[in-house]
Amino acid sequence: MSVVAFAVLAVIAVGSALGLVLRKNAIHGALFLVVNLGTVAALYLTLRAEFLAAAQVIVYAGAIMVLFVFAIMVLIPGKEETGPDLRRPYRLLALPVGGALLLELGLIVSSRGGRTAAPATTPGGVEAIGRLLFTDYLFPFELTSVLLLAAMVGVLVLARRRAS
Amino acid sequence: MVPDIWYLALSAVLFSIGVVGVIVRRNPLVIFMSIELMLNAVNLSFVAFGHRLGSPDGQVLVFFVMAVAAAEVAVGLAIIVAIFRLRQRLSVDDLSVMRW
Repeated sequence: MSVVAFAVLAVIAVGSALGLVLRKNAIHGALFLVVNLGTVAALYLTLRAEFLAAAQVIVYAGAIMVLFVFAIMVLIPGKEETGPDLRRPYRLLALPVGGALLLELGLIVSSRGGRTAAPATTPGGVEAIGRLLFTDYLFPFELTSVLLLAAMVGVLVLARRRAS
Repeated sequence: MVPDIWYLALSAVLFSIGVVGVIVRRNPLVIFMSIELMLNAVNLSFVAFGHRLGSPDGQVLVFFVMAVAAAEVAVGLAIIVAIFRLRQRLSVDDLSVMRW
């Protein structure tokens, strides 16, 4: 049962990722990415990571992708990537490069060295994550808030219309 | 029960597709979305490793990756909007100089 669920989710994830890369229209790509993020959230659920599944949907599919769609709508890049591509030979190099990368990653994944790790016990629910976040990872957690504040101020400075 | 190695394989496939997208596409917005795809692939492998080791540390790392990705997207999109204001075009081929 879980194998079937994984197979379906994996097919949808790979298909939507390919849709993002192959479709010319940026808005279609954004919607494909939303589908991809949703399937990854479902995969988190199959790995018993309920908190991350919720955070994935809220933060990624909710906040970040809305920002993307908004930027695409504002910038209207629908006419882009239609002219002749002067660097097409170089871009086609991406396919062998990507294939080589996939091969390397496959070799790394498949070479486990024969070690059997500890059986997957309880990965811990929201409570374990919260406890860890506010004990061992307290300093990085606080740094995250500083980072987000810096990003917010930086965006305001960048997006301000200069009166010149 | 699905072996964790399948999740790692799926993560590798998604990451490679993201790399190809970054190289192939000309629209900086689509390049950004491909980067998000790569971040997600890495997040998936984090969660798979955490599941395999039975520890919640992997999920905490994914939480931090999400926070950094949110900040990165906000700043990146602001930069793209600023470039679009200057150039009125949106193609990475135009962006071959660091200042103008």
